[in-house]
Amino acid sequence: MLSAGGDGRRTHIVKPLKFMGVPGSLIRNTAALCLLLLPLQTTVFAQTPAAPPRSGIEFAGADVRALQADDFANPGMLWVARGEKLWNTPAGRGVQSCASCHGDAAPSMKGVAARYPRVDAATSKVVNLEGRINRCRTGRQQAGPLRYESEELLALTAYVAHQSRGQPLQPAAKEEQAALQRGREIFHRRQGQMNLACIHCHVQNAGRKLLADTISEGHGNAYPVYRLEWQSVGSLQRRLRACYFGVRAEQPAFGTDELLDLELYLARRGAGLAIETPGVRR
Amino acid sequence: MLSRVQVPANARRGEIVQVRIAIQHPMETGYRPDNFGRRIPKNVINTLICRYNGSEVFRAEMGSGIAANPLLQFPVRVQESGEFVFEWRDDSGERGESRAVITVSAD
Repeated sequence: MLSAGGDGRRTHIVKPLKFMGVPGSLIRNTAALCLLLLPLQTTVFAQTPAAPPRSGIEFAGADVRALQADDFANPGMLWVARGEKLWNTPAGRGVQSCASCHGDAAPSMKGVAARYPRVDAATSKVVNLEGRINRCRTGRQQAGPLRYESEELLALTAYVAHQSRGQPLQPAAKEEQAALQRGREIFHRRQGQMNLACIHCHVQNAGRKLLADTISEGHGNAYPVYRLEWQSVGSLQRRLRACYFGVRAEQPAFGTDELLDLELYLARRGAGLAIETPGVRR
Repeated sequence: MLSRVQVPANARRGEIVQVRIAIQHPMETGYRPDNFGRRIPKNVINTLICRYNGSEVFRAEMGSGIAANPLLQFPVRVQESGEFVFEWRDDSGERGESRAVITVSAD
């Protein structure tokens, strides 16, 4: 678990943070760590956040908040504008646009993003907004599915989600319980060379500093989001994969069940948070 | 190239209005390698010109130091109703154009 090369840097990052109150010297000792964590992990799993969820924008700096609040300066609005064009552009052999069936997106798509991802009754698979858009493309429009992180899919997803801006993320539905439990387990599972779970940063250390960044609670209510680091809009799954990379775990591919379950869990965990799409983040 | 222009719909004669334009563009610096280690060629919007009723009111010559999806803002004193016409081109030779109309009242 602890490779010789990774040890030094690992403790360097861990040091300023309070990972279950374990001092840095103990973290080097794998056996001691495992012993310590066994009883603690179960209590962490059972804990429910008492305080209402806080959106990532509350942890952002004043400049980022100003950029998100200005609908013209917010670069994510360029993707929303592109999405609006695509919404009205016929595609595929069906020669239908999104608008052919759904009409004006402002009323027809309002609140939709607050209910996604959701569990499809027929296949009992988790479907996120991107997957739902692609289902319309292949089924109704008879066009090829849009590639994950393609400009078109990001634009359409941002446009659809933007129609729900201000709407609160919905609480869990009955049929979602199994997927929700899987996502919850992923959120609490230690992984990667850093041996960290999502909770270690986004629950136990939210609001504290990780190098120059303030750690957020890890909610997905602003996605697809314009990240200054990316110089582009990206999906929640792109952000999740970046976290997998950060803890040096193997990244699941886009659209895999693992990321979908996690996406669903995050959405329900953040129930009540207003959708901000397109958000701006560092 | 996708762009958005923001100009107030109405203004008084002689008023100074803020004109804003945002353009979706990667503004590739020329210093980044792709996933195979090959250098991605520089491609930035090198020139942007704004004309108001035919006369040039703003010009920007940009380089690789400008972030992706640039947002430009400048003040213009408007004397009569008319049209702002933005034209720009990038290093790959692609051109873009955008327009916005403003109505100026006499008083």
